[in-house]
Amino acid sequence: MTAMLEVAGLGHTYQAKDGAHRAIDGLTFTVGAGELVCVVGPSGCGKSTLLRTICGLIKPTEGGISLHGNEVHGVPDDLAVVFQDYSRSLFPWLTVQRNVEFPLRRSLGRSARRARAAEALALVGLDKAGGKHPWQLSGGMQQRVAIARALAYRPALLIMDEPFASVDAQTRFELEDLLLKVKRENNTTVLVVTHDIDESVYLGDRVLVLSSSPAAVVADLRVDLPVHRNQITTRESDAFVALRGEVARLLHVDRTAVGTPRKVDNEAAVAAKWAEAERAALLEAQAQERATN
Amino acid sequence: MRALTRGVLGVVGFLILWELFGRFGFVSAQYLPPPSVVFGELGKLLGDEQFLRDVIATVLSLLIAVGVAVGIAVPLGLLLGSVPAVRYATRAVVEFLRPIPSVATIPLAIMLIGIGPETKISLAVYAAIWPILFNTIYALDELDPLLVETAKVFGTGRVGVMFSVALPSALPFVFTGIRLAATTALVVLVSVELLLGGSPGLGQFIMVARSGAGRMDLVLAGTVVAGVLGYLLNEGLERAQQRWFGWDTAIGGRS
Repeated sequence: MTAMLEVAGLGHTYQAKDGAHRAIDGLTFTVGAGELVCVVGPSGCGKSTLLRTICGLIKPTEGGISLHGNEVHGVPDDLAVVFQDYSRSLFPWLTVQRNVEFPLRRSLGRSARRARAAEALALVGLDKAGGKHPWQLSGGMQQRVAIARALAYRPALLIMDEPFASVDAQTRFELEDLLLKVKRENNTTVLVVTHDIDESVYLGDRVLVLSSSPAAVVADLRVDLPVHRNQITTRESDAFVALRGEVARLLHVDRTAVGTPRKVDNEAAVAAKWAEAERAALLEAQAQERATN
Repeated sequence: MRALTRGVLGVVGFLILWELFGRFGFVSAQYLPPPSVVFGELGKLLGDEQFLRDVIATVLSLLIAVGVAVGIAVPLGLLLGSVPAVRYATRAVVEFLRPIPSVATIPLAIMLIGIGPETKISLAVYAAIWPILFNTIYALDELDPLLVETAKVFGTGRVGVMFSVALPSALPFVFTGIRLAATTALVVLVSVELLLGGSPGLGQFIMVARSGAGRMDLVLAGTVVAGVLGYLLNEGLERAQQRWFGWDTAIGGRS
């Protein structure tokens, strides 16, 4: 299998006023073409930093990333992202159809764009919603629109940042199966970041387990489950149960390996601190960009 | 429909109070003619070509003033809102200029521009710039970074982000600024016409009616027309806003 995404020795340190925060530390992994890899890690471990560096939104302080053999500098052309917060990542002033067409504005003519968007919307089961506005749809449907938008772009790599964390459990199952179907049919390469252990095993061809901050790869597990998965039978199969146990144990071991187990509230505080540091760094980057503009 | 009924009731109530105020002799009918008289005069005025010319002159000046203010304030707001360095550099000047009442700059405007219609339009533009400018800057501050990141990830460059993300996202709020600016501009126009004379308009009509024969009925008729203009302007723009930017209210909008 040829590698679609190669991450080598990736490290990133944020410079904050009260010292440096190391978000990720020497991350090395690959994602093969047509593979779906799930990244799980404790919240605040630096997953969003990892995603932002792969998307070219922030420049890592160490290491490199290449997408189908080309080193990533800036935002790659053939990469699409589905964010957790669909309500903030869809453009409210555009119709669903126009939202899906948005990434194709410059590369395709009007009729080709329409056709491609319609096709993507049909793929996610929203062929009748094109004329509506995103805020007229339920959360699950909005996330379908975001997925359609990403698929219409025909990306070399589809990145999903906690894509189903904001929808209810029933919708979540539906969307997980939708993702698996779409991935099978289009042979899309997908990198899903999640904090949900079950989800990572259910969706993934492989699961990468990250340590808490700074994020490093603790384990790279192959998921030996059939290609066609089922929310009920797969989840109760021995292989699934064994694997989710293993992932959970790895996450848990990492947590206690530091020495005395940290209290939950302490952990939450650490996570919050990281989220804060990332946010500050993002704002800073934006300010710098504006200043140089 | 019920809102409309209530609105009409409010107006009728106000007119009855006004009428009674005069009838019971709280003030002399010479100074405050009752609405029955005022609206009678108003009916006559609406058939009067000279009066209609005055109204049209004011409305045209208003349209020009708002148009020019939009042309200046929106690009300037986009610049100040997206380049913090420029914004900090100009903050002191802006904060100094903003609270100066337009009317207070009439003497300066006379010296610089003269006393033609361009004077009142310039002063109205000055007053109208601020709400539009500040709303544009504020709207850019409120721009959701996730929308920008989304656009960037899908290969949108800096200019693309400005025109396909920042501007559409800012528009509802900018439009609110324009609505506020339009009513402010109307107030300034009528005031300057009244104080300065020199150009035909509703304000000048009121001034002439007062100073010559002391016709308070005409003064009030003119005032009513100014009020109605302001009301229609605000109402019309509000409807346009709901129609064009309904999405903003739907997502729990800011404007």
